[in-house]
Amino acid sequence: MHDASTRRMLGIASHAALVPLATVTMLPLLWLVLASFKTAEDFAGSVFLPTDPDSGAIDLTRFTIANYARLFTEVGLGRAMINSVFLASTTAILATLCSAAGGYALARFKFKGRGTATLLVLAAIIIPPPLLLAPSYQLLFHLGLLDTFTGLIVPATAPAFGIFLFRQATRQSVPESLIEAARIDGASEGRIFLSLVLPLVRPMIGAFMLLTFLAVWNNFITPQVVMQTPERYPLSVTVAQMRGLHRQDYGLLMAGTLVSVLPVAGLFLMLQREFIQGLTSGAVKG
Amino acid sequence: MSASGTRPARTAAVFLLPFFLVFGVFTVYPLILSAILAVQQTHGPEYATFVGIDNFAALARDADFHKAVRNTIVYTLGSVFIQLPLALGLAMLLNRPGLTGRGVYRLIFFSPQLMGLVFVAMLAALVFESRTGMLNIALDRTIGRVIDPGTLLFWIPALENIDWPAFPWLQTFIMPMLIIASLWMYVGYNMVYFLAALQNIDRSLIEASAVDGAGPLTRFWHVTLPAIRPVGSFVVLLSVIGSLQLFELPYIILEQSGGPQNRGLTIVMYLYQSGFESGDLGYASAIGWVLALMLIVLALGQIWIMRREDR
Repeated sequence: MHDASTRRMLGIASHAALVPLATVTMLPLLWLVLASFKTAEDFAGSVFLPTDPDSGAIDLTRFTIANYARLFTEVGLGRAMINSVFLASTTAILATLCSAAGGYALARFKFKGRGTATLLVLAAIIIPPPLLLAPSYQLLFHLGLLDTFTGLIVPATAPAFGIFLFRQATRQSVPESLIEAARIDGASEGRIFLSLVLPLVRPMIGAFMLLTFLAVWNNFITPQVVMQTPERYPLSVTVAQMRGLHRQDYGLLMAGTLVSVLPVAGLFLMLQREFIQGLTSGAVKG
Repeated sequence: MSASGTRPARTAAVFLLPFFLVFGVFTVYPLILSAILAVQQTHGPEYATFVGIDNFAALARDADFHKAVRNTIVYTLGSVFIQLPLALGLAMLLNRPGLTGRGVYRLIFFSPQLMGLVFVAMLAALVFESRTGMLNIALDRTIGRVIDPGTLLFWIPALENIDWPAFPWLQTFIMPMLIIASLWMYVGYNMVYFLAALQNIDRSLIEASAVDGAGPLTRFWHVTLPAIRPVGSFVVLLSVIGSLQLFELPYIILEQSGGPQNRGLTIVMYLYQSGFESGDLGYASAIGWVLALMLIVLALGQIWIMRREDR
């Protein structure tokens, strides 16, 4: 419809709007990265690059990795990182397995109470997690699971949203006839699930594991309530507590934030496509 | 033949068991427990007294709770009416056919989402901090140096004699600052949904309406908007649900308090304070039920509106 020059003009106009917006989005991140390499003095004395206090000239030699060293010697962030990796990966694997098995059963088996079970799960999706905060705390207290990894992991392995997603995925990509054929061939039910169903819903497995990993990594309120021993805190709680413990140590706070974010950002960049797919799978079809 | 009827049923039970065992113990049972707690007053997890509907009666009179509800609603309105239009606008800019660098832009706008709320809160707290924050130092270096505060008097009297590096953004404009921080974090995230929806629109539909002489505004209103409505209402619902549960951002930015005069207190923050700082799990559960009720009413309301428009 448009001739070439109008098209070019529109293209330039789009970039003219997008470039400033992209810059504004990136500035705080740039500031975060640079601040993590600055001393407390330079943090307050410069916006981005550190300057010599006397001449006011930019002085890159003032950058320091001292903040990062202190994170692991003074703050104990290494321990918190191990806790986060352990919590996030264990929860992601268990939640995906439970949801995949349950979702497959809800989608492809006929049994008494299937309608009720499905309805129960669907209804549970709308429960706001804060509603369960106080009763779960009481329950974990009586089970003796407060301040334990089990108390954080096990309750998170049966996400209503997860079993719902895998029910949809199974319905879409695992044909009934294929299962029947495998049964006639004499394959055991466990074998059918492991080597037929799971490979067919693989895209959902990748996306859901990633989403769960990220959700656990970034979860703050649950570990804040359940955990009491600082050695068991995940990164989110440890870093948030740094704000109270190292009030004026801005460079240290920013270094802690950056270190906590980097593993997840790296994971995302590696698996970007699967992530976006998982994010939008519920929406676009609906 | 009878075996084939029972074998799958038994298998289904085995497959469902892990999920529903955990689901029953850690979702269904706490849900029931929360209803019981809501009519109790507790001191920590062990000592409880039955108080009937007193918790709810107290909430109706509790000025802090009212403040928390008001703040949460302000934040939610900000999310829906500022954030989502921006996200849609950004998605439409990125959806222009033949745009170079779409993938890079999408990644840039999405990147704050990768940080997670806690870490965004850590960053925002320092960005907005007076004296040392990025915002104030930048303002001081630009506006503060270029324009003499005296000349500002002509157009914004309120800015007279402002000491930029010391201006306490977080203490003065708590809710706007929280909304700005969440804009930074969520605009790109919601943009991804809108962009996916826009790319699903049949281009011939838009071109046909252009041939029919429809202007850009008419096209937007009559072709684009109806086509992305399912995704749009999904995103609105997600934003509302998420915004009503706002916690980490103010809790960390305001250092575990509601800020001056509780101007940054939210519903979930108040729930947390009641349950885990004051130790009254009953009162916390009552707050949880009010929150759940608000969410259910809003969700049903939106479904009802969607249904009515479909007819």
